[in-house]
Amino acid sequence: MATSTKTRQFGPPLKRGSVAPKRAQAPPKKPAATKAPGSVARAPSAATRQQQSTPKRAQTPPKKSIAPRQQSAPKQAQTPPKKSITPRQQSAPRQAQTPPKKSTAPQQQRAPKPAQAPPQAPVQAVPPTPKAQPQRVNGRTFRVIGQRTERVDAVERVTGQAAFGADITLPGMLWAKVLRSPYAHARIKGIDTAAALRHPGVLAVVTAADLPPLASKGPVQLGELSIDVAALRELVLASKKVRFQGQPVASVAAIDPYTAAEALELIHVDYEPLPVLENALDAMKPGAPVVHDDIFIQNPGERRSPSNIAAHIEFERGDVEAGFAQADVVVEESYESAMVHQAYLEPQAAAASVDAGGRTTVWTTTQGAFTIKLQLCALLGLGQNLVRVVPLEIGGGFGGKINVLVEPLCVLLSRRTGRPVKLVLTRDEVLRATGPGSPSFITLKVGAKKDGTLTALTGRLIYDAGAFPGAPVAAGCVVGLGPYRVPNLRLDGYDVVTNKPRVQPYRAPGAPQAAFAFESSMDRIAEKLRLDPLEFRRRNAIAVGESLADGRPLPPVGLKQLLDRVARHPCWTRPLEQERGHARGRGLALGCWLGSTLSSACHLMVNADGSLTLVLGGVDLTGTRTAMAQIAAEEFGLEPGQVHVRVGDTDSVGYTDVSAGSRVTYVMGAAVQQACQDALGQLGERAAEQLGAGAGEVEFRAGVFNLRGSKKKGIPYLELARTSLRRGGPVVGRGTASGLPVAPAFAAHVVDVEVDRETGKVSILKYTAFQDVGRAVNPTQVEGQIQGGVAQGVGLALTEAYIWTRGALKNASLLDYRLPTALDLPFIATELIEAPAPDGPYGVRGVGEVPIVPAAPALANAIYRAVGVRMKALPMTPEAVFMASHPRAPVQEPAASPVAGR
Amino acid sequence: MRAFEYRAPTTLSEALKLLAEAKGEVRPLAGGTDLVPQVREGRKRPTMVLDVKRISELRRLEYDPGMGLRLGAAVSCSVIASHPQVRRYFPALAQACALVGSIQIQNRATVGGNICNASPSADTVPPLLCLDARAFIAGGRGQREVALESFFRGPGRTILARDELLVEVVVPPPPKFSAASYMRFIPRSEMDIAVAGVASLVVLDGGRQCQEARIALAAVAPQPSRAPEAEAALQGRPLDAKALEEAGELAAKMAKPITDIRGGAEYRRELVKVLTRRTLEQCLEALKRGPR
Repeated sequence: MATSTKTRQFGPPLKRGSVAPKRAQAPPKKPAATKAPGSVARAPSAATRQQQSTPKRAQTPPKKSIAPRQQSAPKQAQTPPKKSITPRQQSAPRQAQTPPKKSTAPQQQRAPKPAQAPPQAPVQAVPPTPKAQPQRVNGRTFRVIGQRTERVDAVERVTGQAAFGADITLPGMLWAKVLRSPYAHARIKGIDTAAALRHPGVLAVVTAADLPPLASKGPVQLGELSIDVAALRELVLASKKVRFQGQPVASVAAIDPYTAAEALELIHVDYEPLPVLENALDAMKPGAPVVHDDIFIQNPGERRSPSNIAAHIEFERGDVEAGFAQADVVVEESYESAMVHQAYLEPQAAAASVDAGGRTTVWTTTQGAFTIKLQLCALLGLGQNLVRVVPLEIGGGFGGKINVLVEPLCVLLSRRTGRPVKLVLTRDEVLRATGPGSPSFITLKVGAKKDGTLTALTGRLIYDAGAFPGAPVAAGCVVGLGPYRVPNLRLDGYDVVTNKPRVQPYRAPGAPQAAFAFESSMDRIAEKLRLDPLEFRRRNAIAVGESLADGRPLPPVGLKQLLDRVARHPCWTRPLEQERGHARGRGLALGCWLGSTLSSACHLMVNADGSLTLVLGGVDLTGTRTAMAQIAAEEFGLEPGQVHVRVGDTDSVGYTDVSAGSRVTYVMGAAVQQACQDALGQLGERAAEQLGAGAGEVEFRAGVFNLRGSKKKGIPYLELARTSLRRGGPVVGRGTASGLPVAPAFAAHVVDVEVDRETGKVSILKYTAFQDVGRAVNPTQVEGQIQGGVAQGVGLALTEAYIWTRGALKNASLLDYRLPTALDLPFIATELIEAPAPDGPYGVRGVGEVPIVPAAPALANAIYRAVGVRMKALPMTPEAVFMASHPRAPVQEPAASPVAGR
Repeated sequence: MRAFEYRAPTTLSEALKLLAEAKGEVRPLAGGTDLVPQVREGRKRPTMVLDVKRISELRRLEYDPGMGLRLGAAVSCSVIASHPQVRRYFPALAQACALVGSIQIQNRATVGGNICNASPSADTVPPLLCLDARAFIAGGRGQREVALESFFRGPGRTILARDELLVEVVVPPPPKFSAASYMRFIPRSEMDIAVAGVASLVVLDGGRQCQEARIALAAVAPQPSRAPEAEAALQGRPLDAKALEEAGELAAKMAKPITDIRGGAEYRRELVKVLTRRTLEQCLEALKRGPR
């Protein structure tokens, strides 16, 4: 079967496995040549580097994200300089007030590991007394790794002592509010702030004119991130044009938030409304109004009139026409998905204080303090030694708290007034203007032989970036195809701008959209071939070493083990109980996520009582403190409670990239392991000296430094720690991890649903999530990640969507932006598969993002088996399911009986 | 949100005086579950908020076999839903009160507030319409009493004059051999606004035929209202599957839904059909278990 989708050749046809993603760049905006190596916006050669699955991307935040929903980060001891802070942060060291507690029984659904919770030792200078049952895995015995250690910061969380973004209070503090555009697209002809400035209680008003001019156009390299500062500047304060409803235009600082809000009404902005582009398909039409006049259709060497297509990414291998010719069955289908929000519980909040010397301190709730610092420095032209960012606890991020938004406004207003300024967004602002996940239109054509072997696949993936380029379409291409071996491939990805909020990463950015399309099509083709959906996937599963869409070989990962586990599990093998009058069905879908690795740093202090203090450069979104305490405890032979873990600010610890991209335990874990080894090495040298031996002759085992191969009594760790200040001085271990290879994650979800044919409402009867987690440092936390990911996946699958009318958001509240509630979610069973990642500490691989990926297609496939209707758009609301299953005469009897499920 | 004056009178006359003398916009406050978000979002900008929760006439909840239920306008949904006589004689009202928002919301929200907010989707209104409830209003010019159905004038609009307060709702005792039910459809399982809501009340005669049926609809017209044609179609008939289906279709025809972010008009009409049938089925189930 031939295909007609192939229209253009870019360079010589590529052989299988050598696919080079190509992407046209707008010469004026982001010339490929200027990309520095090491940026996430790397050129095609980056395909072999770890960070991103994105072949290239010259946009702001790289696609990385995450944080599970139930998480919360613990307390931390911020100390703002010469400023008093809220009293709640002044509590005594937590150890003192926290009696050791037995951790609770393992969560309902156990992981495939002994589920004994380790008792936490009292945090005192006692020698380690291992109580937990040691585990032997892959030839190594772990004492703490793999235990369901209770969260080390549980008490601060539960008692409300943990200080989040909005908890910061500073003496003399002012409150800021933001004036936002009511128009989705308009030229700003003038802004008159005089009346607002005269309003009693108002101390300053800022507009884009108060931002320093940009040093240069185009992407700026900030560490390992590449950020388009010009776009960022517009997202902070629009200058000449507003490009989405809710874009900030001005900000006011006043003595209280009410006065600031009153002042907003006194600012007069003269707008000239422009035609609005609400969706990407309209935006791609020739002659459509343009959102930016400096984005050009991106074919190499071409520079024509401005276009809303910011990037066109291509992946190609083999010969798709020949591939379709070999196929016995071909399925072609189009899918779409809505704009959805990360819906972190905590709105963005920050405070800034600029002192007379120009030193700037920012307290904020963010996924990465260093990332915020670098963005602030680039945006405001500040030296990196003059800015300190203190990360407060974070109430969820999921990728949505990487970019600066409120921080620069606080800094500008503080600089103007000489007083600290605080800004807390409302939920309305969060939904309208912080950066949701990308909506998509995807068309796929898939061919397979009678035996199920996939022969060819073509796809056109259009992702809507909102008002500025940067939709995660490249990631969508790579991970959508992720689980499959397809010899002949052609994927075209489009990054399209419209008059909607600029998208930001959302947990496995780009992947749920793609998985919905790919996994629905795979299910259809399996059905056409009368093959069991799981068997079809097993036959086509990509093997380790085979090429991903971008040509990279698949690193070691347990996809096969995962599918084998599903095949044996009762949730799949036991037939779904059917009941008369109830439409039920079972669905299966796979998910893939590559994750990013980037850089992390920490340092470890050995206290004189043998306890440890560990300072991390990354924020704790999901229980990082606990996992890192477990790693340090494992290395030192201590209990996790003997390790105090603190999240540092940007002045107190080494550069660390965002807590996102499923990278924290993988990369920070490696850094912590290294810091432990460093400190133990220093102690080992002292032990060797005391034992009269060479440094290499000492080994550390069970809390004692022994002379290798000698029966001579060794020196206990505790003794070395106690005498450290007298003999050798303070011991500080240093850990940095950078450039680790990517450790992909695969997941398979099996869901049983019941559909009310008369209303279209879908109820989830049973949900089982399988995932290769490499090594679960803390199974309870890993399961929590999986359950949180599923919950978000169910939301975007069934109820969540931005609803627009000509670029105006109609449901900017959590009443009508429908997140699933507790009653909408079933118990989510988890099955952990542990196929170690070769470079991860103890085999750890990223776990946070992939669980959101398969949820929507698993549900869509289950709905199909229940009522015989293929849902092609997300969310699959009751109305959508009803309308799809009653296509002609809605007042008639429900549709024919469902296609037999499993 | 702008600063406003807050008053909490303890007597009805004091409250009416404040209403009569106030300049600017006065908003009575019961549970505040509608008013507070409206004020915070700037949709209402009162100059005075008049808390009515300390007025004893508005706090009454009494059942009398002769007169029926006196339901003070400031009684919370939780109190109503857990009141033994409400549960016994007016289970559909208890059902509706237990659907409003969440448990926390039900602890604050009142039936009086639900009525005065005049949302087309108010959950507690359809059962009250089926129960022939009457609204008692006090104002500067004295008191008046109206059938609840004529209390509403459109979305967010009621017949209350500037100087008037809803004091209580009186629900007559339920007819003998009757049962009532309220169901709504929401996309989620809780914490949502009805896309469509239907309350039904069935009175059976001795021969198990339908002596009287009452059907009230929510969220499918500018205001909650009865569906007399559907009701008439059931009168004097045995309530078999066909009759129920017909009533559903007639109710759907009577509905005048709009398409908005919560649902399309066509879908809402479909829901009315389904919910009418399902509520009637529930009534029959209840009557099978033994009529009150």
